[in-house]
Amino acid sequence: MTTVNRRGLARRAVPAISILLLGTMVAACDRSSGSSAANPTQNASATDVALTVTSNAISGGKNAAEADWYANYVIPKFTEAQKAKGVNVTLKFQPSGVDDEQYKAKMALDLKSKSGADVIALDGIWVGEFADAGYIKPLADVVGPNVTSWDGWAQIPKAVQANASYNDKVYGVPGGTDGRVLYYNKKLFQQAGLPADWKPASWQEILDAGAKLKAVSGVIPIQINAGTAMGEATTMQGALDLLVGTGAEIYQDGKWQGNTQNTRDVLGFYKQLLDQGLMDKNIQQAAKGRDESFAAFAANKIGILLEGDYFWRSVINPDKGSAPMATRDADVGYAEIPAKAKGAGVSGQDLVSMSGGGGTFLNPNTKFPQQAWELIQFIYSPDAIKAALAGSARITARQDVNKEVLSKDPLLSLISEKVLPITRYRPGLAVYPQVSQALQQATADIVSGKSVDEAAATYQGAVEKVAGGADKVQKS
Amino acid sequence: MTPAAVVRRILFYGLITLLSLFFALPLLWLVLAPFDKTPTLTVKIPDFTLDNFAELGKNPYALSSLKNSILISGGAMLLVTGLSALAAYALSRVRVPGRDLILYALLLLSSIVTGTAAMVPIFLLMFQLGLIDDRSGVSLVLTGGLLPAAIFILKDFMDATPKSYEESARVFGASPLQVLRHVVLPIARPGLATIAVWALVNAWGDFLTAYILLRDPEKTPAGVLMYTFYTEGGQANLPLISTFSLVYAIPVVALYLFVNRRYGFRFHGGIKS
Amino acid sequence: MTANAGASDAAGLGRARAVAFVTPAFLLIAAFLVFPAVWTIWLGMTDFRLTGAQAADPQFVGLDNYRAALTDPAFHNSLWLTIVFVFGSAIVGQSVLGFLIAWTMRSVPKTVKAIVETLVLMAWILPSSIVAFLWVAFLNNNGGTLGTILNSPDTAWLLEYPMASIIIYNTWRGTAFSMLLFSAALGAVPPSQLETARLSGASTLQQFRDVVFPHIRGHILTNTLLISLWTFNDFVPYLLTAGGPDHATETLPVFIYLRALYGGELGYGSAISFIMLLINLVIALFYIRLLRERRTANRSGDADADDAKADADEVLTAAEARNVGQ
Repeated sequence: MTTVNRRGLARRAVPAISILLLGTMVAACDRSSGSSAANPTQNASATDVALTVTSNAISGGKNAAEADWYANYVIPKFTEAQKAKGVNVTLKFQPSGVDDEQYKAKMALDLKSKSGADVIALDGIWVGEFADAGYIKPLADVVGPNVTSWDGWAQIPKAVQANASYNDKVYGVPGGTDGRVLYYNKKLFQQAGLPADWKPASWQEILDAGAKLKAVSGVIPIQINAGTAMGEATTMQGALDLLVGTGAEIYQDGKWQGNTQNTRDVLGFYKQLLDQGLMDKNIQQAAKGRDESFAAFAANKIGILLEGDYFWRSVINPDKGSAPMATRDADVGYAEIPAKAKGAGVSGQDLVSMSGGGGTFLNPNTKFPQQAWELIQFIYSPDAIKAALAGSARITARQDVNKEVLSKDPLLSLISEKVLPITRYRPGLAVYPQVSQALQQATADIVSGKSVDEAAATYQGAVEKVAGGADKVQKS
Repeated sequence: MTPAAVVRRILFYGLITLLSLFFALPLLWLVLAPFDKTPTLTVKIPDFTLDNFAELGKNPYALSSLKNSILISGGAMLLVTGLSALAAYALSRVRVPGRDLILYALLLLSSIVTGTAAMVPIFLLMFQLGLIDDRSGVSLVLTGGLLPAAIFILKDFMDATPKSYEESARVFGASPLQVLRHVVLPIARPGLATIAVWALVNAWGDFLTAYILLRDPEKTPAGVLMYTFYTEGGQANLPLISTFSLVYAIPVVALYLFVNRRYGFRFHGGIKS
Repeated sequence: MTANAGASDAAGLGRARAVAFVTPAFLLIAAFLVFPAVWTIWLGMTDFRLTGAQAADPQFVGLDNYRAALTDPAFHNSLWLTIVFVFGSAIVGQSVLGFLIAWTMRSVPKTVKAIVETLVLMAWILPSSIVAFLWVAFLNNNGGTLGTILNSPDTAWLLEYPMASIIIYNTWRGTAFSMLLFSAALGAVPPSQLETARLSGASTLQQFRDVVFPHIRGHILTNTLLISLWTFNDFVPYLLTAGGPDHATETLPVFIYLRALYGGELGYGSAISFIMLLINLVIALFYIRLLRERRTANRSGDADADDAKADADEVLTAAEARNVGQ
């Protein structure tokens, strides 16, 4: 055994390793914050182009139809079209197919490291935070002023374009959108003595219908999402639809909706649902509560359900829905969501709704901005959109396509023609998800028995914390 | 046997039955749901069908994901077992200053790295190393997280293994490497096999690391693919999920049974002479 | 006084080879564990978010995140729930059940042993995503297995008894490790000592206390330390209850997941991760102290005692050397 001091070795090694680590860390930070302004005209006349497009879809899994459409239509047809111009394009689709939040994290990481696909699908509601982080840039900056010459813009309503914009700048092309309505079970309505063509004009009429449904045994009268377990589904198919019915949006005039009369009205309505025994508490609190509510509606156990057209198309659809109802077309009715009372809704509307949707955006670090823009234009051409629909009816971004494909589906026609003009979108600001969480928590408080004032006060505190100050929150 | 002894025996076996049921019952869903035409989130007599497996077979990524899982988890398993065996042996037999403290510190740090908060540092680190979209990158990250516990457990294992055999071998003139290969490894095999299975099982179930580091769908492991069997609104595709779960579980179960039969499955051992 | 390293270096590895053996593992650990972990700790002192303005330009906020966490009632709630979770499912649940199974398996036929051990191990090796589905099906309030057996099929176990549900779930999940540990430890108890005790009239309990326990004390502590740490950091309850109902099962890993991934507050999430590490450190120190006491008190001539003494010597001399300014 040598007599060299072993402790000395460790003592010398430790500082050496620390310096190495520190150095690498500094170097790493440096490289990842380098800037590289994308030049719109770079590689504009390249004849060998490699493009990648990504979306939260995967063949055989989530949004499989979209993934298959990319593989079977977009890639071959786009490659063909480019070849006809003498350009060799290698187009790849990068699937994902996971929970939206995880997909969002992955996109953020890619864009943060200035890598990732050239064309990226994002939810409209992420636009603001991604823009603030510098992950995406306005289309005009990435592609150049020629971006406005696309004829598709004329077909996309300004309200829908807002879904892919931030601070009045357009960052991408909005994809399809949707709308929310009140679904009701006509069979149960008949048993409860309610009309088959129900058109509620106020919240009270909803409560009255619920009271009659309560008399039918084994039925949950009303399901309007509440609680935190369903996440954004509570906000979008619940709280916000009620809020716009009281005349306020969650973010207006530069302020977030705090403990206002509007908010208290919304919470008060939930309280009435709870107190009058019109809602099932358990569904709001279970981890898979939303799935349960769908299964229950399909089994004729829920009278009234507030949901988006997704419910009609993909859940209770007799042909491949996840909770199919064979008699959907005959037994399920739908009505537009009323404001609290006539004229009490936003902009003085009698009827209200909320919409969402995603869009396609350009990676500001793409090496082929012009070609990537051509790809986007291709993806949003009428033929491509119709190919994506593959005969099914969905509300697309373009009005010309909508007129064609929705004529056979009454619900979607209704939404496209009547609901979209009066709908509202969520603000794409970075802290919106946390405000949404605070709102969900407020509804959860009501469901667990707290009073409206208590829940509203807690909500106010939470929003102030998130928004960064009481001056950014509206109170009344 | 006295009546008291009979009663004791009955109670004894009653206890064992209860314990067995406790562990077996939740497993029922896994063996019943895949064979059900319309599985739900309950355990029921299946409306028997093998269609779900056919449906799974049609999925373009199902088979390749299992291959990727084997590659990634196998890689992590080999790295963890090999490196921890060497390190644990050295730390067990040779006085290295502060070894216990370092081990505990590493054990604690490993909890940060396997959590959500480290996802950005890990991603950026791998990006700098050019290991994004590389399965070996995933293996390396998983290995890093598993090594401290593996060394900790194996060192304990080796500490309990008597040194008399090694000392005798040395007396007979064996070199340290010969001692390692011919004396230590055979004795430590059960412990090594156990750590190998433990590492594989942990890597097999990983989602977040593989998801944020990989891009090419052909490289996606089964742990990530599991999460894609949902509809656009977030509802579970139960026929696919239950079937895939069964298929996904079989390799690890098979490996465990194999190791258990061959070496016995033990985290702590050593022979008391 | 330098400890004589040759005493336990049975294979004659020597310092150089020992370092060589340890280096590959430590290099990997340094790169893929220490580095990201330290970086995460650094993030905990910023207001870094994954998106939004704070993604592009994170500000150093020092200890603000920590202050916010320590005054956040949601954090206190999470901390308390985590402690209950660890105590209930790991320290009590898994250890006791693991020991019970190991003890009873000593006196059953080999086939019974094989079946029981395999069942217990299945629970442990199945991936978390699968296990979550198994338990949601088991505890379902609409025909779930447990409800059917106990004849209360409508009880929403996960909603009415959330903590109990996840504690029982985690006991089921992790007992295997304790079982294996105790099985090996019990197997290592010299049968001669047990025989002597039995012959001199000791009851089963006395046999356990006086013969078995002293041999396995060290192992119990190591085992409990590991499973405590693992349970403390276990994220799987999220898959069962999503932290609910109403934050009733929002343990720290779930809390971090919801804040860091869903809320995007990575700076805050990182700070909480570091606080968790500190808590784990306290737990570990507690166990180490217990272990040291046990080891130095153990005079049975066990090889471990020699190691412990040498360890203690080493630490003392290192301290001496530092004081002397070497």
